Amino acid sequence: MSMRGSAPIIEAEGLTRRFLVRRKGSVRRDTVTAVADMTFSVAAGESVGYIGANGAGKSTTIKMLIGILVPSSGSARTCGLDPLRRRKELARRVGVVFGQRSQLWWDLPVRESFAILGDVHRMPSAAAAARTDELAQQLDMTGYWDTPVRQLSLGQRMRAEIAAALLHSPELLILDEPTIGLDVLSKQRLREFLIAERAAKGTTLLLTTHDMGDIERLCNRVLVVDHGTLAYDGSLPGLAATVGAGRVLVIDLATPTPDLIGIPGVTHLGSEGGGLRQRLALAGDGDQPGAAPSIPVVLAAVSERAELRDLSIEEPDIEDVVRRIYTAAEG
Amino acid sequence: MPPALRPWFRLLRASFAAQTRYLPAVAGGLIANTTFGFLKAAMLVATVHAAGGSVAGYDLESMVAYVWLSQGLLGAVQLNGTSEIGERVRTGEVAIDFARPLDIQTSYLAADLGRNLFNLSTRLLPPLVIGALTTGLRLPTSAGPYLLGAIAVLLGMTVSFFGRYAVNVIGFWLVEGRGLRNFYMIVSTFLAGLFVPVGMFPGWLHTLANCTPFPSILMTPIDVLSGRIVGAEAVRAVAVQVFWLAVTCAIGRLLTARGWLKLEVQGG
Repeated sequence: MSMRGSAPIIEAEGLTRRFLVRRKGSVRRDTVTAVADMTFSVAAGESVGYIGANGAGKSTTIKMLIGILVPSSGSARTCGLDPLRRRKELARRVGVVFGQRSQLWWDLPVRESFAILGDVHRMPSAAAAARTDELAQQLDMTGYWDTPVRQLSLGQRMRAEIAAALLHSPELLILDEPTIGLDVLSKQRLREFLIAERAAKGTTLLLTTHDMGDIERLCNRVLVVDHGTLAYDGSLPGLAATVGAGRVLVIDLATPTPDLIGIPGVTHLGSEGGGLRQRLALAGDGDQPGAAPSIPVVLAAVSERAELRDLSIEEPDIEDVVRRIYTAAEG
Repeated sequence: MPPALRPWFRLLRASFAAQTRYLPAVAGGLIANTTFGFLKAAMLVATVHAAGGSVAGYDLESMVAYVWLSQGLLGAVQLNGTSEIGERVRTGEVAIDFARPLDIQTSYLAADLGRNLFNLSTRLLPPLVIGALTTGLRLPTSAGPYLLGAIAVLLGMTVSFFGRYAVNVIGFWLVEGRGLRNFYMIVSTFLAGLFVPVGMFPGWLHTLANCTPFPSILMTPIDVLSGRIVGAEAVRAVAVQVFWLAVTCAIGRLLTARGWLKLEVQGG
């Protein structure tokens, strides 16, 4: 992956946004803090997954980063610019896809939207045409090039949306729920395209999603936001370790064996067949924090008690990981 | 085309082109404009007769010219109001507009002009033809009123947009801008001279109307196109349009700058 330099492309400093919300049937307004004192920075060339439950403040953060929303306090700098003062300049250097909204012209053929956006970005006609062709090929859009946008399938439209956001070759691509509602194959193709695009151009990616497959395939860093605050910032395996959703060993034993409890760093999850098959969680489940023991160490401990027949390893389910973060924060 | 104008021209064309997909709407608009044209003609012609052949400087033929020009221009100057901007704010779609490297007010202006130039191209002539064939009407025979009239129509469309834009932006301060928009629509259509010519207003109302941008939206284009005002008087009326264009544009910009701080883009 090529890096464009080490200067941060996104800097959020104590970023906070409060909204006044009118309660149904009441004149009183309540203040809701959508984003609370968020501080993080993203280096150019990084690929960051930004995850959290609905209403956790993801979209609000994005809107502040690109100058659509004014922070209640704190500040943001994107591409080295103050997003509020230099929104238009910033818009030339950032591409955004809001998965639930369309930046394309609903009634016009797909090709028209690209012609319009080329002019909107004041691209030289030849450059706009060449880039459009390139994206149309890579995202396989030529088959519906002359179809009005409103007649596209969701998968087709989403490819067109992402191509539209990349037309002006932005340094930073922000995708807000790009794979929502897509079938497995469409997701797969979109991810492959994004990986290739980033490898070729070094584009920084900020991605919000509910799909952990997006994060696993596309991101080298995860930010978890919960109730407007940053709950986690680090790698994906690190996230699993932090909340204790480690790998699970499924062990088949030669003879029925008493529950394998008391192995350091290991939690016994359950037994079947009178102890013939036992499930062991590594790195505890939060009650037993600490580094996960290595698998050979665990196996050695197990083989002291019983003869091993077979073994399989279940990787942590990241959705479950995130769910645990929420439950921990709510509880 | 200078590069600086390219985005605006594109947005205008795109908006024009999008309208061509809704031809039934054109037919509907035409039927409505023509039907109300006949109602208005019946009423105002009766008024001219009752007044003994002339009222406020209108005779029979200049009155029907007013009726059919006002109906023909109605789609172009969009006195029905606009809720699009307010709706885009309410639904959060406005985020898409802000994510583009463009001035917000000018983007909406380009789209609005594109849409309304389409309305002009489809909805101006049919009512005039129908009027000419049924009630008869008198239009100028020299080129001057049409040239200046074309400018007056474009200015009227632009003033109309800036006014509607400002009203929509005031919606940033309100939870629901619909009430304000409806109020504006009623006041602006009346004072623009859609129902009766501004010249027929009683003195105090005439003065009041002239203190607003509304006559510049519809009355001035009609007066210039119909040749009711010519020469220096017509040029002066167009200068007044330019004045209102500057005022309404500035109000919209000021409100946008202020309203932005209030803007609470909804939804994900």
